[in-house]
Amino acid sequence: MGNTSSMLTQYDIEEVQQHCNNAFSQQEIVSLYERFCQLDRNGGGFVSGEEFLSVPEFAVNPLSQRLLRMLDGLNFKEFVAFLSAFSPRATVQQKIEFIFKVYDSDGNGKVIFNDMLDVLHDLTGQFISEQQREVDLILEMPLFTDCKQVLTKVLEEAGYNKESLLVMSDFVKILGSSGLKMEVEVPVD
Amino acid sequence: MSSGKGGELIPSSSELDLDRPNIEDYLPSGSSIHEPLGKLRLCDLLDISPTLTEAAGAIVDDSFTRCFKSNPPEPWNWNVYLFPLWCCGVVIRYLILFPVRVIVLTVGWIIFLSCFIPVHLLLKGHDKLQKNMERALVELICSFFVASWTGVINYHGPRPSMRPKQVFVANHTSMIDFIILEQMSSFAVIMQKHPGWVGLLQSTILESVGCIWFNRTEAKDRETVTKKLREHSQGVDNNPLLIFPEGTCVNNQYSVMFKKGAFELGCTICPIAIKYNKIFVDAFWNSRKQSFTMHLLQLMTSWAVVCDVWYLEPQNLRPDETPIEFAERVRDIISVRAGLKKVPWDGYLKYSRPSPKHRERKQQSFAESVLRRLEEN
Repeated sequence: MGNTSSMLTQYDIEEVQQHCNNAFSQQEIVSLYERFCQLDRNGGGFVSGEEFLSVPEFAVNPLSQRLLRMLDGLNFKEFVAFLSAFSPRATVQQKIEFIFKVYDSDGNGKVIFNDMLDVLHDLTGQFISEQQREVDLILEMPLFTDCKQVLTKVLEEAGYNKESLLVMSDFVKILGSSGLKMEVEVPVD
Repeated sequence: MSSGKGGELIPSSSELDLDRPNIEDYLPSGSSIHEPLGKLRLCDLLDISPTLTEAAGAIVDDSFTRCFKSNPPEPWNWNVYLFPLWCCGVVIRYLILFPVRVIVLTVGWIIFLSCFIPVHLLLKGHDKLQKNMERALVELICSFFVASWTGVINYHGPRPSMRPKQVFVANHTSMIDFIILEQMSSFAVIMQKHPGWVGLLQSTILESVGCIWFNRTEAKDRETVTKKLREHSQGVDNNPLLIFPEGTCVNNQYSVMFKKGAFELGCTICPIAIKYNKIFVDAFWNSRKQSFTMHLLQLMTSWAVVCDVWYLEPQNLRPDETPIEFAERVRDIISVRAGLKKVPWDGYLKYSRPSPKHRERKQQSFAESVLRRLEEN
């Protein structure tokens, strides 16, 4: 009949809620479970990269590949924990932790210059070096040829350099003051 | 009849992807960095939260998947009084209605085949007579099909008159759309070639009303099909074409983008809106979940198939309109009439990935904002 919450017991819901530190209400967890089952078309208990990419809105996102590395193979409990950073009940600390994890692709707790460069490349595609040449002609500014120099300049102005290893506390210092808006609404029937 | 709310005509500019209008007009804004101009700082570069929020939003709910979700009606048999009633209903539907319907359908097929086969074989020489008889017979078997689901169809609007250079377009929910429309007036249809018994029907009987086949998976197919469409629409004696520009079955609550092929033929477009009443049965054919046979069986074991068909005012390409704008305008007319929500996605994304152009547009706007702010002092 399609009433999938019957497959999720009250005990399961509470366990998931605990695992995500109460980031979502029980109703939201039920909705997320329906969504998870909808995405997990072959019923394997986890949503594969292909299944995520079949959502066009996700596939066109510049950071989709990075997120897929974090999402691949997660079961439902871990899926909810992944999304918990986007709950309105999540703290700014938790959101910054999530952003840190996106940058720190090897998971060693340190973000290096290349990590930040990779993300900048994902976000700008091929559009930075070409644009730069145009700006040069008009404004006669110093020549930046690519993301590396943009990133280096901005890092140095913030008091870091190319060799700096950023850790979680650095991220908190850098991002903590800007109003971080990172929330999604889970549709509840 | 009013032609909808006039639609927001999407401005064509040289930037636009030639195949489809601007998706950014539909997607939630606030996603790209609409920051007030100010010097670029490290926190601006590291703050990827808008992009991440978009991605998480798509994971949690997205307008594309919603179009193909079957929405079964709410279970109402949940208490001790209603449950026995529901059981009686099941018994009646499966043990009384279903056999009667199967009999009706079988009778219909017998009559049809015993008339169609002789006509097809014997009247080989008399083209016009043969054509007319075969068309009438196809209309007959469609009526039998509709009767086998206890179809209650309300037709609104003037029945289309058969003129040349006229093409009909409708929203698509299931293959039965064709049967419902064919029952009233003979159409030639363009369809995906299916395997199994449906394919057999397609190649034998539907040939007589004039059908065009396509294959989604073949890349070059589009050109051949467009050519065939053009030839058919110019032909005087052919049945008018019925095209489902969405290209795939959608769940009758949303409409996906119309393909422009039908709108480039230089013909008058007659829109048809079809809306099924979900109280009786959910007529959406979710081809990923059900075969067509199962879908028909489901229809035959429901109470009825109730739907409304509106024949809407014929539209022509306006002098300042591109075919894509024309297609969107007609989609608007049909969606308003049938109460469908419009989504900006191409139905074929069911089978393939979106084009990289959309991602590139996002990247371009982000890159421009970074560079602009870099130059700020």
